Amino acid sequence: MKTRVVVAMSGGVDSSVAAALLVKQGYDVIGIMLRLWADPSTGDGHENSNRCCAPEAVADARAIARQLGIPFYDVHAENVFKQRVVDTWVDAYADATTPNPCFNCNRGIRFGFLMQKALALGADYLATGHYARVSSAECSVPGTQRHKLLKGRDAKKDQSYVLHVLGQRDLARAMFPCGEFVKDEVRQLAREFGLPTAERAESQDLCFLTQGDYRSFLARNAPAVAVPGPILNTLGEEVGQHDGLPFYTIGQRKGLHISARSTDAPALYVLQLDAKRNAVIVGTLDELGTRHAHTRLMHYVSGEPVSEPLRCTAKIRYKAKEAAGVLTPLPSGGATFEFDEPQRDVTPGQGLVCYAGDEVIGGGIIAKM
Amino acid sequence: MDRGQVYLDYSATTPVAGEVAAALQPYLTEKFGNAASLHSFGRDAAAALDEAHLVVGCAIGARASEIVFTGCGTEADNLALRGVAFAMRQRGRGNHIITTPVEHHAVEATARQLHEVFGFDLTMLPVDGCGRVDPDDVRRAIRSDTALVSVMLANNEVGTLEPVKEIGAICRECGVYFHTDAVQAPAYMPIDVNDLNVDLMALSAHKLYGPKGVGVLYLREGTPCMPAITGGGHERGRRPGTVNVAGAVAAAAAIKYISREREAQAARLQILRDKLIAGVLALVPEARISGHPTARLPHHASFVFKGVDGESLLMALDVEGIAVSTGSACTSGDPEPSPVLVAMGIPREWALGGLRISLGYHTTQEEIERVLDVLPKCVEHVRLANFEF
Repeated sequence: MKTRVVVAMSGGVDSSVAAALLVKQGYDVIGIMLRLWADPSTGDGHENSNRCCAPEAVADARAIARQLGIPFYDVHAENVFKQRVVDTWVDAYADATTPNPCFNCNRGIRFGFLMQKALALGADYLATGHYARVSSAECSVPGTQRHKLLKGRDAKKDQSYVLHVLGQRDLARAMFPCGEFVKDEVRQLAREFGLPTAERAESQDLCFLTQGDYRSFLARNAPAVAVPGPILNTLGEEVGQHDGLPFYTIGQRKGLHISARSTDAPALYVLQLDAKRNAVIVGTLDELGTRHAHTRLMHYVSGEPVSEPLRCTAKIRYKAKEAAGVLTPLPSGGATFEFDEPQRDVTPGQGLVCYAGDEVIGGGIIAKM
Repeated sequence: MDRGQVYLDYSATTPVAGEVAAALQPYLTEKFGNAASLHSFGRDAAAALDEAHLVVGCAIGARASEIVFTGCGTEADNLALRGVAFAMRQRGRGNHIITTPVEHHAVEATARQLHEVFGFDLTMLPVDGCGRVDPDDVRRAIRSDTALVSVMLANNEVGTLEPVKEIGAICRECGVYFHTDAVQAPAYMPIDVNDLNVDLMALSAHKLYGPKGVGVLYLREGTPCMPAITGGGHERGRRPGTVNVAGAVAAAAAIKYISREREAQAARLQILRDKLIAGVLALVPEARISGHPTARLPHHASFVFKGVDGESLLMALDVEGIAVSTGSACTSGDPEPSPVLVAMGIPREWALGGLRISLGYHTTQEEIERVLDVLPKCVEHVRLANFEF
């Protein structure tokens, strides 16, 4: 019997090429698209859809599946997405951090809910259009394999950062067919396969926002998490008023309502969100930045925590540059990372993801100081 | 059906029978007239429409004038509930509707809207573990201002037959109008509106080997019914809008077809269905039949499987080429058990795993064997996939 693979389809180029590659390689391929929750609160009478699964995207994915001759299902996942991704994201703002919802989505939705669906269909693998790679090798215990999560070949598109939450059980069943290519090659493959190559407008916004940015989302949907309070300098002096901690993030300079200051005073940046005092702490550029990041729970892709301090590199945001330093495991299950050079925007709520070359060692959510 | 596909979802819809397609074809092309037109084209269409009323009426023990063609079964149910409710209210004689928690959405959502938006009182009758209503409960629920009682003839999800004849007798005794949604039944059991004691009855052509887009409302002479949509005088003003003549002709042809085939098919399908049920219960651990074991449609098998996500099971079976259905309306990824199964008191961990296998005139022994071959493995996969994430 042929190896069965479920592909998470979005109607976009990457997942379509992933599906086409797998069909070409002779796998028994099934396409699934998840219907994810979207902010309904715009009140214009139209049903809002998540950017990942707008009606046109569903139609596109269905047409591509038809063209490839594979079964296709669109599966409702609104509630589970709302609970696992959106609600936890709001909770993190309520905790005065700046969360990245993609971690919970990959953990709980793609490699949780969708993996369940895939296994229920008798699939051996779940494939996505992510730019990352899996490398598997026999390990010392006969008959068992060790799986590594590697960066995608395309350094610019690499998405291993948001996949660091995966473990051995996930990677044993994961395929990332696009990870072996750079974006231009994927587009070229799409042309060769006769697939649509038009890219939907890429947006920096989160998929479930339907109007405005995350700030207006929180203001509409979770007003309780945003309580106005003081802006303090590092001496504890009040220098202005803020609209609620979730509206600020570490390193932010614009949008601060600071009381009148002399024009030659240095610019002020957000240094810290202090939940206890409901205060935004600001300071000058030279006060910003730290060599230190801490996580309460370090997840290791290998399943085995490092046993002693390890020189490696780390990323503190999806688009941040990797920086070198030392990862030190803590007995609590957490870890600290000492960067060789201070990092400007170490932001509680974002991921600290550690790499050994191309390999993802693991990561965790950056904790507040 | 090619590629080894097995269709066992005849309760969802049926293929149009050859003779039905042949009967309707001329009314799409050369006999295209508007039945409301005065001229010869119109007369030809009107004659065909008259004949369709007569044929459909005859098949269910009704007069031609008591047949109203609609756009679908849901519309027929809507017209029945809204029509009688508003007509009775207009006469100052009705502000109360009685129905069951196991009705099709067509009745359930309409009754709920009449209650929530239009202020009618609503009584939901209790059902037993098989989804059956106790006629005595109907008697107890009837009030002086009851406008309508609506109880389905056969349940779409679990196949259970309701005691419609007995309920109808009680309604008649109490002078209350009685509607039944009979959409699921006619291809598999004989139906006579007088025998069933009903005043209104909804049917749908595509459940009886006719085309989609044609419904029928039986409306007993003298039953007050306010049109649910307004317009011209089509269907004697009861359902305005240019009549779908081809559809009406097809509905008539379909009802002729099933009236002829029904007895033999029902007997044949019941044997196959019973084999299927016995096989599933023997081969799949923690499986139960849902609905009544004997008082059920002869082509209808429905199950619940403990710890199984019904939607995943459907997909898994579809991948194997087997087309079936579930009662569990999964619309959010946070599966809610089917309200019908819940009303029957089936626990959640069973009710999430509902499966309906409905056989039809084209079902073969081989197809049933195929299901018995594939289903146990699919259930096993779905159960194994049920990990915490």
